[in-house]
Formats: sequence, structure tokens, C-alpha cells
Amino acid sequence: MKTLSRTWTLTRLRLRLAVRNRAFFFFSLVMPLIFLFGAAIFLRRGPERTQWIPYVLGAVLTTTVMGSFWGLSVQLVTFREQGILRRFRLAPVGAGPILASSILSNYFMSLPVVAFEFLVCRWAFHMHTWGNLWLVFLLVTVGSATFSALGLIVASVTNTMQETQMINNLLWMAFLFLTGATVPLAIFPIWLQRIALFIPGQYLATGLESATTNMAGPAEVIEDVIALMLGLLVAFEVSRHLFRWEPDAKAPRSAKLWVLAALVPFLLFGVWENIAGNRLHRVDRNFETLSGSTIPEQATGAR
Amino acid sequence: MGESIIRVADLCKSYGPVQALRGVTFDVHEGEVFGLLGPNGAGKTTTVEILEGLRTPDRGTAEVCGLNPESAGEGLKEVIGAVLQSTSLPAKLRVREALELFANFYPRRADVTQLLRRFQLQEKAHAFYSELSGGQKQRLALALSLVNDPKVVFLDEPTAGLDPQVRREIYDIIQELRRDKKTVLVTTHYIEEAERLCDRVAIVDHGRVMALGTPRELKQKSAGTTRLEIRLARAAANGTLAHLDGVSDCREFDGAYVLYSSRPSQTIVALVKQLEGENNELQSLEMFSPSLEDVFIELTGRRLRE
Repeated sequence: MKTLSRTWTLTRLRLRLAVRNRAFFFFSLVMPLIFLFGAAIFLRRGPERTQWIPYVLGAVLTTTVMGSFWGLSVQLVTFREQGILRRFRLAPVGAGPILASSILSNYFMSLPVVAFEFLVCRWAFHMHTWGNLWLVFLLVTVGSATFSALGLIVASVTNTMQETQMINNLLWMAFLFLTGATVPLAIFPIWLQRIALFIPGQYLATGLESATTNMAGPAEVIEDVIALMLGLLVAFEVSRHLFRWEPDAKAPRSAKLWVLAALVPFLLFGVWENIAGNRLHRVDRNFETLSGSTIPEQATGAR
Repeated sequence: MGESIIRVADLCKSYGPVQALRGVTFDVHEGEVFGLLGPNGAGKTTTVEILEGLRTPDRGTAEVCGLNPESAGEGLKEVIGAVLQSTSLPAKLRVREALELFANFYPRRADVTQLLRRFQLQEKAHAFYSELSGGQKQRLALALSLVNDPKVVFLDEPTAGLDPQVRREIYDIIQELRRDKKTVLVTTHYIEEAERLCDRVAIVDHGRVMALGTPRELKQKSAGTTRLEIRLARAAANGTLAHLDGVSDCREFDGAYVLYSSRPSQTIVALVKQLEGENNELQSLEMFSPSLEDVFIELTGRRLRE
């Protein structure tokens, strides 16, 4: 009970701080909207002008939710480097509530952004469907928590902000460009698509695209949800285990290997998908909702 | 004076090849203001952080309110308050919010409005942490250390880097804590602070307690000598000053000579004669009754701020 109460107290604090942070608004709200409007300009000439919107919305939501990853790792490292965490360490607060409150506050902050993106698509771009809202809600919830936890792991295994930014950039590039969040995965060569099946963001992107294009039932996204939830549990436990309060406490090199532990669920799902799964067919089918789009032969032929 | 509320015995701690603590031992009685006086790197912060449960000793035992800081966890945190030497709060956190936030973590809480008033932070209650001056930040840190109405308060260099006026304000706060019967363990490298605030002082250097007692007792240990600080036009001839009448010790610091004398007036007469004989000139002479600084110099052979 005490732990829950302290987690909630810290969550409220983090929400207040996020609201007062201009960078948060830029990266969480403005950036995905820039992408949305960019896609609008790029795709407006299609025969069915509004056909593409649910698909693009799925991608925009994916970017928004994955953004949790970037913000939290940077924030936690800043808190540690500035000695803020050591002040909390003096209070009866453990690593669990600190980490859980980061995840929760990030999730609560992402909900209005997701709602706003839906409304922009519906009203500004005349999106004809709401998609499967329940599944969107479920995937946003699980995805936000998972990517927050992945961000916390990065913060736990890096010693400086520079190191954090470097690892963040590498992972973020993979999340953005190899998952379907910005460039549709279906247009990539098949070998690259197969690699993408190992990337956590892929499970979120496919799930959200299926849910916004209204083509998925709960049974179809269950694998996405399970993969993300397993990733969340492992990532949370690993980051709790590796949590450091002190600015001068350095993570040993071996700690970086723990990142791999957090990726194990996605590696296992990736192997399974490559052998027996139908994820790449879902990727193609979602992509076909873009009016007039055709999947390159090179990709479909080899499947 | 009450029972021992903090016990430290043979505490040792190393950071790689550096031995920060080499067998520190002392007791702090309930309700007293106890000072750890020593230069930077003496081991004061390490000692305090072990007592706060932030660091683990390599050897030795520590006890606060009957609890082992290493294993007590929340039990310890609920009965202690602390001002850390290097810490911070989120820049966009307001003063009142910070106090309310930390108060929320404890079952026993002080009144936040009263704390704001007591630490003269009412006007800054809605200011962001980043907007506070150094003194205000330190007052907030002190207020935060009391949000749980603790039995023991640890203050690690609470006045370091602050201007004299703010320092005096913080002295008043510590005096108030004494009146409230709180046990306070304060680390400092300011002699004035230790003499003025502490009931007892442990002089620490190179990870060891060199002397322990009330400021008066420690000064008496300095053998009742008076310190004479002199500056000469030219360097004195080797060893001549040490043999002046009444001089028990002579050291050279920063171009000045420090003489310890049990008969200062005779020493001064002898000094003037000596300088006339050497055709040297006395540029300045200052006379000090024994202080903790002298005790420190006698014990360690160097000044506290070197």
C-alpha cells in the first residue's frame, strides 16, 4: 500500500514536471504532428483522398508511443547526474516506485496526445473510421509502458548523457525506420523485413496499424500485446536491478549485456515469426489500405 | 547529555586505492550538536553517508537510533533527516511542492506551512527551484531534512560556499534544532562553525579521528599556548625563532611564521631583540589565544584549509 501511494505521489510529480517542460511538448506532440502533416502533403494526390489516413495514423501513434523510450532515458540520466536521485534516496522510496512513476506519468501524458492525433485525423483529414478504439487503447497502454521501460534500461546501463544519447540514437533510428513507423515496412526488401521482425517497435507498429485500419480483432493483435508485455516485464525488472542512485556509481561493462536480456522476448518472437508466423502478411495487408499502393514484387515474391 | 544515539566503531572505507576512512570511532549523544571538523578529503562525508545508509563500510560498525544503516532501510529513513553536500531537485519543481512531495513519503510529517515560515521561504513558496539563490536552496534543503520531524539530522557542510549572512542564518537554524532537542551531526571545515555550534567536536584528518571533545577541552589540549603569527621583511635564520624564550613550536605557513608560546610577552621581547641582531624587520604581528585551528595544526602539522 505504501509503495502504491509513493508511486502515485511520484507520478503526480512527474506529470507536473512534464507539463512544465517545453521540450516534452515538442517531441511528444509537435513532432508526430509534423509527420502527420508531412504524410498528408505526400499522399494527398491519391485517388481516394482519405483512404491512407487510418494507416498513417497507426504510424503516427506508433511514433508517439515509442517516444516514451527517448524521453525517459534522458530524464533519468539527468536526474542521476544532477544528484536529484540521491535526494530521493534519502527518503523512504525505492527504485521500484521511481521507475514505475516514470512509466505511469509518461503513459498519462501520452493519452491526450493520442486522442488529439485521432481528432486531427478525424476532423482535419476527414478520417472515415475510428478504427478499433479498444485495441488502440490496449496497444497504446502496453506499448507506452514497454518503450518507457526500454528507455529506463538504457539509462541504467549508460554512465553519461553522451553515452545515453548515442545508444538512444542508434535504437531510435531502428525503431523509426525499421518498424513501419515512418516508412512502410512492406516496401522494404524481404531480408530487411525479416530483420525487422526482431525489433520491438515492429510489434507496436503492426498492431496499431491493424487497429486503426479497423482490420484487426483481439485475436490478431494478441501476439503483439504479449510480445510487448513480456518486453515490459523483463525491461522493468532489469532496470530495477541495475538502478543507480549516485552520480558517481558507474555501470560495469557487463551491465550493458543486460539490454540483451530485455530484448530476449522480441528475439524469440522474431525467430518464431520468421519460421512460422504471418506477421509479414499482416504488414502487407495493412499497407494495401493506402489507396493505389502496390507492394513491390521483390518483397511479396520471396515470401 | 543523553544516551548515545549514534555509535561508530572502527569504520573503514576505501575507494579503489584511496583509503577514505581508517578506523573512525565516535559516539553522538541524544540531543547534542556534534561536529566532524576536518579539511576536504578527511573522510567526513563518507562517514556521514555511511550513517545515512547511502554507502556501505568495508569494515567496522555504525548504528543510528539503534538501527544498522546498512540494513535498516525505511526504518532508518523515517527517523533521520539530512542535508547532503551535493544534491539537487528538479528545476521546475516549486518550493512548496517539494516540501509536500517529500512529506508525503513519511508517516510522521511536519507542517509544510510552518516549515516555509520557519525557513523564511513563504515568499518563495511558488518559485521554481531553479529560481532560488544559493542560500534559499540551502534553506529549502534544511527544511526538507525536517519534513519527517526526524530524531537525528545530518548536515554535510551546510554552509559551504554561502555568504557570511546566509551562513549566520543557518547557524541560527542549527541553534533552533538544538533547542528542539534534535540530535545534529554536522560536518564542516569552518573552525568558527564548529566552535560556535557544536557541543562536541571530532577533528578528522586522513580518515582518522585525531581528537574528540568539547571545543573547550580541545583548546585546553593545545597546552595553553598562544599563537603568534608574524611576518618578517626577510626570512628568519634557520631555527632561530624556535629557540626564542617561551616558544614551544614554530611553523612556517604562506610566508608567515607561526609561533606557539606559553609566555607570549617574553617571546615578543626576545623576538624583537633577535630581529635587531639580524638586522631584520618585523612587518606584522598578530596574537591569538588558542583555537581549534591551533589544535588542528598541532595534530596534523597543517592548516585546516590547505
